[in-house]
Amino acid sequence: MNSPILEILNLSAGVGDKQILKGIDLTIRPGEVHAIMGPNGSGKSTLAAVLAGRDGYTVQGGQVRYLGRDLLEFAPEERAREGLFLAFQYPVEIPGVNSTYFLKAACNELRKHKGQPELDAMEFLELVKDKMKLLHLPEDLLKRPVNEGFSGGEKKRNEIFQMAVLEPRLAVLDETDSGLDIDALKVVANGVNKLKHAQNAQLVITHYQRLLNYIVPDFVHVLRDGRIVKSGGKELALELEEKGYDWITRPEPAAL
Amino acid sequence: MAAHPTPAVNEPGAYVEKFDRFQKSAHDPSWLHAARQAAMGRFAARGFPTLQDEDWRFTSLAPLAKLPFRPVLKANLGTLASDTLSTLPFAGLQGSCLVFVDGHFAPTLSTIAASGDAIRIGSLAQVLNTSPALLEPRLSPSAPDGETPFAALNAAFFQDGAFVHLPPQHVLPEPVHAVFISAAASAGSTAHPRNLILAEAGSRMTFVETHVSLAGAGHLTNAVTELAVGDGAQVEHVKFQDQGRQAFHLATLRSTLGRDSRLRVHSIATGARLSRNNIDTRLAGPGLECLLNGLYLTRGEQLADHHMTVDHAEPRGASHEYFNGILADRSKGVFHGRILVRPGAQQTDAKQTNKNLLLSDEATVNTKPQLEIYADDVRCTHGATVGQLNAESIFYCRARGIGLETARHMLIHAFAGEIIGRILHAGVREELDRLIWQRLEQHPLVGQPHAPHP
Repeated sequence: MNSPILEILNLSAGVGDKQILKGIDLTIRPGEVHAIMGPNGSGKSTLAAVLAGRDGYTVQGGQVRYLGRDLLEFAPEERAREGLFLAFQYPVEIPGVNSTYFLKAACNELRKHKGQPELDAMEFLELVKDKMKLLHLPEDLLKRPVNEGFSGGEKKRNEIFQMAVLEPRLAVLDETDSGLDIDALKVVANGVNKLKHAQNAQLVITHYQRLLNYIVPDFVHVLRDGRIVKSGGKELALELEEKGYDWITRPEPAAL
Repeated sequence: MAAHPTPAVNEPGAYVEKFDRFQKSAHDPSWLHAARQAAMGRFAARGFPTLQDEDWRFTSLAPLAKLPFRPVLKANLGTLASDTLSTLPFAGLQGSCLVFVDGHFAPTLSTIAASGDAIRIGSLAQVLNTSPALLEPRLSPSAPDGETPFAALNAAFFQDGAFVHLPPQHVLPEPVHAVFISAAASAGSTAHPRNLILAEAGSRMTFVETHVSLAGAGHLTNAVTELAVGDGAQVEHVKFQDQGRQAFHLATLRSTLGRDSRLRVHSIATGARLSRNNIDTRLAGPGLECLLNGLYLTRGEQLADHHMTVDHAEPRGASHEYFNGILADRSKGVFHGRILVRPGAQQTDAKQTNKNLLLSDEATVNTKPQLEIYADDVRCTHGATVGQLNAESIFYCRARGIGLETARHMLIHAFAGEIIGRILHAGVREELDRLIWQRLEQHPLVGQPHAPHP
């Protein structure tokens, strides 16, 4: 009855011949918040990129099932329309494309996909007003080109704002905490928490434990050298904070 | 006047002989007769530029030189149905609309909005008839700085064009729109429109110049627009060159700006097989600001060439140049940006940007800044880029559910929108935005292979 949103089965992936992910297994069910932690170079961002369908990554083995279907078969936009959302580690500036226009286009693509009528400009503005307050975003950001001239904190809040508007089934937050001061971090975490409900799920990718003071995960996984080397509850994050990543035994080298 | 020097044009006979016949039939005042003669001499002496000519290195006129030269001395206005006009760009624009067919004014197709007694809007030929003295200082026999051979040819052959005169402090709230239609059917038909816009001190206006073709065979539009912007005047000039794919379009826009004036020039080129716009701007008074803003969209075998000269002659002048090109297929873009800062033009602020988006591997761009600075307290910057759509931006759109094709459209439109967005007049801006969107839809936008996702 509680069938998984995401099932990653023995996933190997990398860039060209280089293997970065070396057999990942992970199951995420509705209502769950998972955190993936790991040192730099462990493969965290590669996992996010493969899930979102970024060009330049090759899947070398294994499977990813999303809502029971083979996620890797789908183009990035199809994944997004099916409710997969990636909050970018480095949100992209798009000069000349108005933020409202961009987000309305995205929103209407998703609505079309679900067979819902498209929103007109007025309806869309109604929708976004509340969500802007949630993220403490100044309204004039919507009048500016996408992310252009936004501060680091504004860009990250804008990612979560887009997430609030697009209401994904599965949100992948790729190092959303990086570059945020503590106040911005609280705002972002608060937004993410308010968007959580029983039918969706979140995968929070982070290097540091501090984000997990505000977004409390149900499960924490430690990624190291392309493998999940330890999984546990939220207390695992605290343990990592205390003891560092070296505390976890290095896995056996992959048999080549 | 001395006999013509040995002409250097490919077929000198054709040009000179046509000119002699034209002069015999014309009833010009003697000063104009002399001016034409001098101009023809300049053209014949220099002839067609070749690729060896530094200013024409990337723009070959060989295909034009092969065409016969047939200046349209009398327009056949009867061939044009008035309902054709409603299908042309800016048809719905408020204000005066002056229609020219093969360089000749078509009064029955034109509308001149009442604008008070002092303001004159109409045909240059009519002014030549009624008050030639007004034009004599403007159509003098000496060669202007940087005159191209074709501007000289225009000075020899022009018969008509738009004339606008705004006395001091007069404001025209609605734009004046001049439409130039190439309609003559025979190959080599050539129109020589000559526009003269006089905006005196403190006046304000918007002038829109559109060039279109109804003709199918190879034809030439060889236009010159002179713009005199008086002290403190504010003028916006919008040119939309949307001629047929067989057309050759050669044009000079020569502006002289007075103290504390504001000029906004927009040059939008989507049409013609080969187009060349010489935009010569002389900042002849202190404290003025000018914007030179342009967009070219090319595909197939089209070539669009912008050749800019910004002449800072006085202190505290600002000139900002922004030119974007979107090029598909085997088409070609050329941008030459010369900035001259004369001695004494201190505190000049000159900025030049040329950005090009290549939609195919075969499209090419030649972009060249040329800065000549003879003052020491100036700020001059220039930059040029040639590239493809940003892959990160496309992925960002796709990761939000926007399809590859829509994402590409969105980003390309944004690239054009940067330029269109600088047009102040809302009605003109909105119409151009619509037209550019329409032209972009005709572009082979989705030419790039769909990269396989992992």
